[in-house]
Amino acid sequence: MSRPRTQAEHLARLVPPSVSGLNRRSLLAGAAGTGALLGTGLLAGCGDSDSGGSASKTVSLGSNQSDPKPKEVIAKVTDGFQSSSGLQVAVNTVDHNTFQENINNYLQGKPDDVFTWFAGYRMRFFAAKGLAGDVSDVWGKLSGQSEAFKKASTGDDGKQYFVPASYYPWAVFYRKSVWQQNGYQVPKTLDELTTLSTEMKKDGLNPIAFADKDGWPAMGTFDILNLRINGYQFHVDLMAGKEAWTSDKVKKVFDTWRGLLPLHQPDSLGRTWQEAAQSLQQKKSGMYLLGLFVAQQFSNEEQSDLDFFTFPEIDPAIGAKALDAPIDGYMMARKPKEEENARKLLEYLGSKAAADITVKNDPSTLVANTEADTSGYTALQKKAAELVGSATEIAQFLDRDTRPDFASTVILPALQQFIKDPKDIDGLTSSIENQKKSIFTD
Amino acid sequence: MSDLPLIQADRAVPPPAATTTSTGGRGRRLRLLSRTDRVVITLMVLVPLLLVVGLVWLPALATVALSGTDWDGIGPVSEIDWVGGRNYADVIDIYPPFVPAVQNNLLWLAALFAVATPFGMFLAVLLDKELRGTRFYQTALYLPVVLSLALIGFVWQLLYSRDQGLLNAVLGTDVDWYGDPNVNIWAVLVAAGWRHVGYIMLLYLAGLKGVDPSLREAAAVDGASETSTFFRVVFPVMRPINIIVLVVTVIESLRAFDLVWVINKGRNGLELLSALVTQNVVGEASRIGFGSALATIMLVVSLVFITIYLATVMREGRR
Repeated sequence: MSRPRTQAEHLARLVPPSVSGLNRRSLLAGAAGTGALLGTGLLAGCGDSDSGGSASKTVSLGSNQSDPKPKEVIAKVTDGFQSSSGLQVAVNTVDHNTFQENINNYLQGKPDDVFTWFAGYRMRFFAAKGLAGDVSDVWGKLSGQSEAFKKASTGDDGKQYFVPASYYPWAVFYRKSVWQQNGYQVPKTLDELTTLSTEMKKDGLNPIAFADKDGWPAMGTFDILNLRINGYQFHVDLMAGKEAWTSDKVKKVFDTWRGLLPLHQPDSLGRTWQEAAQSLQQKKSGMYLLGLFVAQQFSNEEQSDLDFFTFPEIDPAIGAKALDAPIDGYMMARKPKEEENARKLLEYLGSKAAADITVKNDPSTLVANTEADTSGYTALQKKAAELVGSATEIAQFLDRDTRPDFASTVILPALQQFIKDPKDIDGLTSSIENQKKSIFTD
Repeated sequence: MSDLPLIQADRAVPPPAATTTSTGGRGRRLRLLSRTDRVVITLMVLVPLLLVVGLVWLPALATVALSGTDWDGIGPVSEIDWVGGRNYADVIDIYPPFVPAVQNNLLWLAALFAVATPFGMFLAVLLDKELRGTRFYQTALYLPVVLSLALIGFVWQLLYSRDQGLLNAVLGTDVDWYGDPNVNIWAVLVAAGWRHVGYIMLLYLAGLKGVDPSLREAAAVDGASETSTFFRVVFPVMRPINIIVLVVTVIESLRAFDLVWVINKGRNGLELLSALVTQNVVGEASRIGFGSALATIMLVVSLVFITIYLATVMREGRR
């Protein structure tokens, strides 16, 4: 999901997200789709067996890849599957927001044999509710998928329910030219980050670009601070509702954030991430914590000027090796009509072959299969892939790691409230905790 | 008061004669209906009745029923857990956006009623004067009502954006029009008023065209000024339109949703009841029980206004 490839696409991106309805989810979905495609290639790499299938020659795929480019990539990948397996794939494409919003009804009705989704709490939730099929045997045949990705594809019962296809990391992005000009060094600790930011302020820059009009970008900041201060396991437990939001650990996250807020771009609640990214692009801001898709706001010539570093260490005991890197991929319906074919398709979707097709046709995502031919990657993509490869733990982003109702109706407004009024941390955390107790009832 | 004697005069008619004629008449009329007529009438009553019951009353009752549960939209209806009034208690006790939403809905009503609606009527009166270029003004003012929501959101984003917007560029300020929770509700009310004015103007203009010109001529002959002609003659004559305008205003402010949703999904200072219901029920969140409780509260608020309206209309009818 990086640069616009055509002028039409470029123009389409000029429309603010409030208008186009574009959000991170749709971006993720796009990334997921491409990833899925990539994933398919990977699976093929694991070696798919001959279709000694008896009955039907078809399999259906529910796709949220409604944008032209990812849709085209899906078509290419399914073509690849058709020629290698001889099976017909019926792709059923639904607008990605609609797909996401109707997922409950979709899965309880007559879903397609295989469908696009993403790793995280929601995936495990569907698995636990019996709304998704066990694909552990497909994992037995997959190669090129890392352990971390396998972990992210595993349900609460220890079985796999998900096949990764693509992903992107969250990191702190900056323009090399600006940093060279001012002699800035990549900060390794929180103190260095603060010192650097103060320096940037003196140089007339917004140290950290920031936008939270749509509510989700601030979740990225909360996530990374929580991962750095309390570690991955606490993040998982907090998101699962097992830890109290009123605990000192959570308060410390908000407290640290409060210290950093003056270094962030002010009035963030009225700004979209595109506008914040443009302030980075226009060299008005020094750095920006966002997903790899920030590159969309940079022209082709500027891509090579864009670089990033992972958010610096806060607690030496915790380190700086965990990060948010949402993974998109595929799941299988609970009772697929063509189960054999569905498994074959999933195997292909996670294979090197599908990943290669995706890299070739959509150079803007990272593919999940590590065996894929990534020579087509840009320097930024290569570095991003290395960063995620070296991560000890991969979180999926706040709203993918917890209940969607909790993320969207409680945390999102609460974080906006915090940005508005960072003083009252006690009141805020107890309000979150009260609402959490009423939502996490089972 | 003045028609009291008339009523008494009616009652003065000998009662026995009156009753016999009326019952006799009713019976004869019934017999006059052929079988086809009766079938047609039954169908004409039944079909709309079924539609209203099926599409309005049942969903409304289902909402009220679901508001007592914690259903998340997954699993069979038989497994829904009953939680009694907990959702309502949660809405009031621990749901921070609720109070701002109620305040914003009331503010919305007040702003449309006190500013946008009178202004729309005023524009209609001006346009009724057949100024040069009336057609152009009409089109210009009505345009916001015709434009698609997505486009309206885009237009106002261009004006209000903090870093790149027209307003801040022209005024040289850096007001955070959409992000500052103390400012954004007013910014949105301007946008909402912009649409509402056009709508009211068109309704009222149509009404003004229907006023008998001889009334104004008579008033002019009697030496009434423009202003008093409008307030003493035209305005009272337009009573039906006035009521429609009033009802439209109330409905528009209760169902206000679209602009706020386009801007920031009804958060951070732009909370509205309708947006809260949507946030909770529609989409992935699927807090159907909780959202239904909010919807029920909204239904009750609407019922208050509907009752007042119906009571007024019925009193009218009786008079």
